Amino acid sequence: MRGSVRREVVIAAGADDAWRLVGRPELLHTWFPGVVDCRVEGDRRTVTLATGLTFDETILTNDPLQRRFQYRISGGLFAEHLASLDVVALGEHRCLVTYATDADPATLAIVLGGAMGGALDELRRQLEGAAAPAASGAAAPTPRAATPAAPGGDR
Amino acid sequence: MGRKILFVTTDQQRYDTLGCNGGQLSRTPVIDGLAADGIRYERAVPQSVVCMPSRSTIVTGQHPSSHGVWMNGVALPVDAPSVAAVLQRAGYRTALVGKPHFQPFLDPFGRFVENGLAGDGAPTVTSPWFDGTSGPHRGFEHLEFATHVPAGPLHWARWMTSTHPEAVAGFYPVLDSELEVNAEGGGATGAPQVRDNPVPRELYHTDWVADRTIAWLDALDAGDDWFCWMSFPDPHHPWDPPVGEMGRVDWRDVPLPAGYVERRAERERILDAKPRHWRLWYDGALVSNYEAPTRWVPATLTADQVREVNARNAVEVELIDEALGRVLAAVAARGWSDDLDVIFTTDHGELQGDFGLLFKGPYHVDGLMRLPLVWRPAPSAGGAPAVVTRPVGLVDLAPTFCGIAGLPAEPWMEGAALPPDDAAADADPGRSGSVFTEWDSELLGVDVHLRSVTRDGWVCTAYRRGTVHDGSEGELYDLTDDPLQRVNRWGDPAAAGVRADLMDELAAHARSHPPRSPRLPVEAPV
Repeated sequence: MRGSVRREVVIAAGADDAWRLVGRPELLHTWFPGVVDCRVEGDRRTVTLATGLTFDETILTNDPLQRRFQYRISGGLFAEHLASLDVVALGEHRCLVTYATDADPATLAIVLGGAMGGALDELRRQLEGAAAPAASGAAAPTPRAATPAAPGGDR
Repeated sequence: MGRKILFVTTDQQRYDTLGCNGGQLSRTPVIDGLAADGIRYERAVPQSVVCMPSRSTIVTGQHPSSHGVWMNGVALPVDAPSVAAVLQRAGYRTALVGKPHFQPFLDPFGRFVENGLAGDGAPTVTSPWFDGTSGPHRGFEHLEFATHVPAGPLHWARWMTSTHPEAVAGFYPVLDSELEVNAEGGGATGAPQVRDNPVPRELYHTDWVADRTIAWLDALDAGDDWFCWMSFPDPHHPWDPPVGEMGRVDWRDVPLPAGYVERRAERERILDAKPRHWRLWYDGALVSNYEAPTRWVPATLTADQVREVNARNAVEVELIDEALGRVLAAVAARGWSDDLDVIFTTDHGELQGDFGLLFKGPYHVDGLMRLPLVWRPAPSAGGAPAVVTRPVGLVDLAPTFCGIAGLPAEPWMEGAALPPDDAAADADPGRSGSVFTEWDSELLGVDVHLRSVTRDGWVCTAYRRGTVHDGSEGELYDLTDDPLQRVNRWGDPAAAGVRADLMDELAAHARSHPPRSPRLPVEAPV
């Protein structure tokens, strides 16, 4: 079954400023939480996630005039995938960024949608220069050392 | 030295699966004994009938509209209020062993801290707290996690895959190759989410949760006060208990549950008198939520499949009862029994054959809404055994834990401490006699929204406008005269007064509990 998800964010920054990040596929890991590395060769991008999973992607559109970026994830569990990022100017210092994904199986569309929402939150945080609280429930935790009184790890 | 708290939850367990509640199938002498010595609640109601919102209610003491986890897949913010944090700050040692599910399990990006704990090898992490301070994650200084399958990043799964990889394939895969909830049938009858699992009992998650709880308790100092949430993943599907234990209950001998309507025409007539999503799901014409297999059509469920699911469920319940008995023995060996409070409950129920349905969803009837709840107060605290018939909610647990610890309830807690008997319930000015349950879901273009109130022997559910409902539908059941909820009296003129009163109460509750804003996003299906 196929699923379609869209997330969007309004950012108090110019569309050109947003596009300077969105339109550079090699910078994805700098604003997409959970992506730790990305390598671009021609129209191919390999994205590495924090869990070690990788996505093999094909860049389909990178249009600075429309400010539209599209890519397709192939292989793995994906029978079908298409993602579209659009940056729309709402004035000189305000823009709308939409991030849409169509995927089969639908479950992956929903999972990607959650991550895309986190990415848009981070994009806004970076562009607005404020440490806006994440609405995703994720956080940057600090590991705590095992205490002598607590049994550690797996048995 | 104060009272210690062993808080035991199961996942998706019906009220009628315990002997003390009249159950005939599973033998539950340990829980029955706690009930005989303590307080048994006959009308405990969840504030949501799915895992993540309900578990978030337990830890925050808030309704879903307040804590914001409005459906499965929405993450409870790490800085949400937590009763465990209150207890930890008061000096309690705190642990959560077993199934957490405050954050989504489907997490390929590794975005959620609870999925990373086992890999980090640390017992907890420091997280921001609700009051602007920070401390151990959600107040738990020790976290060790398990869920239904030995796959993924949680502790039990990592232990299974690293030390007993040969046993992993015996478990039923909860999700299919397309990551949908698996509809594949198994066992003797081909029932969905059923498999004969050759795993030895000692490797199964139920015994692992008990073992790890005991290990944590054994590491405490004798003088410590502690709060331990022991959270069993069973008897939630898949129904794949160790095959070596299946001889306990022969499915062929299992009577059909009272809620199962054998005659198809009668079953469908009952469904047709309920709001339309009931029949649409039954016929396979609508999937409104992710909590049941997408490709499974309930109308295909056979009587024998209901028998087999109930048999397997009973085996899983018995294993939980025995695991709890082992933990109580370990507590006794430490000399803590007199100061030990035990609270046993679950997060929500299971349809388990009622109306010809399995699993769960937007269906506010007893199969999902009437929960087992037993509180055995510490013997040192005195108190008499009792049965409470007044409705209570899981939202009442957090203030109850505070009360046991000698702490006042926090102002953000929305429930009231569990009453020790009906007289106390009636006398408590903080207890209205009403308990509220919410459902909101949005899945691939289908949204469903329910608001229910349970009061005075009635349950009333109002449907808000969505893609399936126009906002005029509802359900009204007289729980005394119609304990199986077969007669929907929403449109019955003789019940119009009751309906109007309960609708007023729902409206008042909605006004006093506005939804969290901004709404938290859906991060994953589950």
